[in-house]
Amino acid sequence: MNLLLVGTSHRLAPVEIRERVAVDPDGAAELGSRLADGGEAVCLSTCNRTEVYVAAEEPVEADRRVTETLSELAGVDREELEPYLYRLEHEAAAVHLFRVAAGLDSLVPGEGEILGQVKTAFERGSAGPLLDRLFSHALHAGKRVRTDTAIAESPGTTSSAAAALAAQVFGDLDGSQIAIVGAGKIGTLAAKRLLKRGAELTFVANRTTARGEQLAGELGGVALPLERIAEALETADILVSSTSSPELVLRADDVRRALAARRGRPLLLIDLAVPRDLDPAINQLADCYLYDIDDLEAVVQETLQGREAEFAKAEAIAVAEGERFGDWLATLDVVPVITSIRERAEAIRRGELAKAGPRLSGLSEREREVVDSLTSRIVNKLLHEPIVRLKDAAAEERRAPENRVEG
Amino acid sequence: MAELLVWPALLAYGEAAVAYAGNARRPGSLGQLATWGVRIGWLAQTALLVVQAQRAEGFPWSTWAGSLNLFVWLVVGAYLIWGCSPRFRLLGLTVMPVAAALLAVSYAAGGTDSVDRTAWSDVLLVVHVAFVLAAFAGFTVAAALAALELWEERLLKRHRADVLKLRLPSLVALDRLTVATIAVSLGALTVGLLAVLVRVPEHGIDQLIAATLVAWLFYACILVLRVRAGRRAVAAHMALAGFGSVLVLQLGLLFTHVA
Repeated sequence: MNLLLVGTSHRLAPVEIRERVAVDPDGAAELGSRLADGGEAVCLSTCNRTEVYVAAEEPVEADRRVTETLSELAGVDREELEPYLYRLEHEAAAVHLFRVAAGLDSLVPGEGEILGQVKTAFERGSAGPLLDRLFSHALHAGKRVRTDTAIAESPGTTSSAAAALAAQVFGDLDGSQIAIVGAGKIGTLAAKRLLKRGAELTFVANRTTARGEQLAGELGGVALPLERIAEALETADILVSSTSSPELVLRADDVRRALAARRGRPLLLIDLAVPRDLDPAINQLADCYLYDIDDLEAVVQETLQGREAEFAKAEAIAVAEGERFGDWLATLDVVPVITSIRERAEAIRRGELAKAGPRLSGLSEREREVVDSLTSRIVNKLLHEPIVRLKDAAAEERRAPENRVEG
Repeated sequence: MAELLVWPALLAYGEAAVAYAGNARRPGSLGQLATWGVRIGWLAQTALLVVQAQRAEGFPWSTWAGSLNLFVWLVVGAYLIWGCSPRFRLLGLTVMPVAAALLAVSYAAGGTDSVDRTAWSDVLLVVHVAFVLAAFAGFTVAAALAALELWEERLLKRHRADVLKLRLPSLVALDRLTVATIAVSLGALTVGLLAVLVRVPEHGIDQLIAATLVAWLFYACILVLRVRAGRRAVAAHMALAGFGSVLVLQLGLLFTHVA
C-alpha cells in the first residue's frame, strides 16, 4: 500500500486558484469517499489549502484520479492546474501532514485552528488502516508541538499580540464581548482577530456615526457615540481603542464607575492609538489591564526572540514523528511475508497435531485443548524473534541514506 | 513489605518536583515526565493506603504521621483532577515539592507503616477527621491556585513582555478553579464539622473545633466576597492567607487529636 498526497496551498497557488478547489466539510467528505474507490482517501480543505491523502496500491493511477478530480472541481484543464499542485509520497507526505497539523505550514505559523480542521477531515474522510494511523499520528504530533513548544504563544504582530493577551486573561474567547472605540483600520484588524477566536462584538463607538454604524453592521454589534463608552463598559470584556483623538477618550473615573456592575470580571483594554486614547491610570484599577502600543510591541519583540528556537523545536518534533510513522510504514512492506510465515508455521503445527492424533486419542477434551494451546504458544515464541528482526530490518533499510525520502 | 510502596511514591513525587522545575526553565518533554511522576506516585501511594486500610482494625491513619500521609494523598489527588494538563504545570511546581517533603516527614515518623490497632473506634470521629483532612487538602490546592492567579495578575499589571511565554492558565480559569475548589472543600469541611458537632453534647467544644469553625466562616466569607461582591483579587489574597489557617489547624489536629 502506498501513501500519496496531492494538493495545493497558499505556498504555490494564489487565492483565485485556491478558492476554486476549496470545498466545505460535506464536500470534502464526498470527495474523499469518491476518491477512495474501495481504498482510502481523506480530503483536507481549508481557506489556505486543499490536499487529498490517498492510500492506494497503484500510486500513479491514484495520482491521475486525484488530479483529474481537482481539475474538474476547479473547472480548468489539468495542464492549467498542474503548476499549482504538489505531490509527496510515503514518509514525506506524512511529515508534511504533521507540519500542517502543528501549524508550521500555516499562513500565520503556529495558529491552532488547523488542528481542528485536520481532525474534522479525518473524522469525515474515508480512512482505512493506513490513513487512520497517519491522521491519528498527525493529531498526536500537532498536540505535542502545542504542548512541548511555545509556537502558539508567539504573536508576530501587535494585533495578534492583543488577541494572545486576551486569551491569557480570558482563556477561551467564546462569548467574550469586544468593544471597538474608533473605526480605524488598526483597531478593526485587532478586533477581527479577536472575533476570529470566538469573541462577539458588543459595540462600536466612533466620532463619525455613519462609519461606526457601517462597521457595527459588518461585524455584528451596535454603534454608539463616543460619549456613551463608559456606560457600555459594563458589558464589554475587551476594549480596543484606536481613534485619532488628540485627547483621552476614556478616563479612569469613567471606568471605575463601570466596575461595580462587572462583579470582578477582568477588563482588558488595548490602546493602539498615538497619542493615547485611554487614561494610563486605568491600569491601577482593580481587574483592569491596560496595554498600549509600546507594551504590545514589547510582547511581540519578546516572543519573536524565542520564536526561531520554538519553531526549530516544533520542526524537530514533526520530523521525529514522521520517522516513527515511516518505521511503521516500512513494516507494512513485510506484512505479506510475515503473514505467509505465520500461515506456513500454523499449517505445520496443525499437520503435526493431526499426525499425532491417534496417539492423543486417550486424552480428554480439556487435555487436547492444553496440547493445542501449548503447541500454539511454542510456534508463536519461535516466530516472535524472526518477525521482530524482519520488521527492524525493513525499518533499517528505509533509514539507509539511499532510500531516504526528503520532505 | 507493603511499607516499601512508600519508596516508589516518594521517588515519583521527587522526580515530578525536579522535572517540574526543569520544565519551568525549559518547557518540553520534562513536563510529561513530571506528570507521569505524579500519576505513578499517586497510584503507589494509593496502593500503600489500601494495604494500610486492609491491615488495620478501624481508622488506620490515627497517628499524626499517618494523617499526614493521608493528607498528602488527598492534596496530590486534588491536584491530579486537572493539574496534569500542560497549562497547569507551574501549579505542579508549587504542589509537588511540598507533597514530596511531607510524605518524607510522614515516612520518617512512621506514618507509612502498617498499624494493627487504632486508637479510634468512634465512626463519627473518623468521618470528621477524613472530611476535614480532605477539605484542608482542597484549601491547600486552592491556595496554590490563588498564588498562581495573583502572580499572573502581577505580571499582567506590570506588562511583563514574557507573560505569554510562561504558558500560564488564563486568569479567568484560575479564578474559577480557585472558587470551585474552595466551594467543594467547604462542603467537605461542613460534613466534617457536622460529624463532630453531633458529639458536642457528650464531649463539648475544644479549641480545635472552635478554630475549625472559624476557618469554615473564613472560607465562607471568601465565597461570599467572590461570588456575591465580585471581589476577585481580595478573595484570591484571602485564599492564599487561608493556607495559614490550614497549617495552624493541621498542626493543631496533629498535636491534640492524634497520638
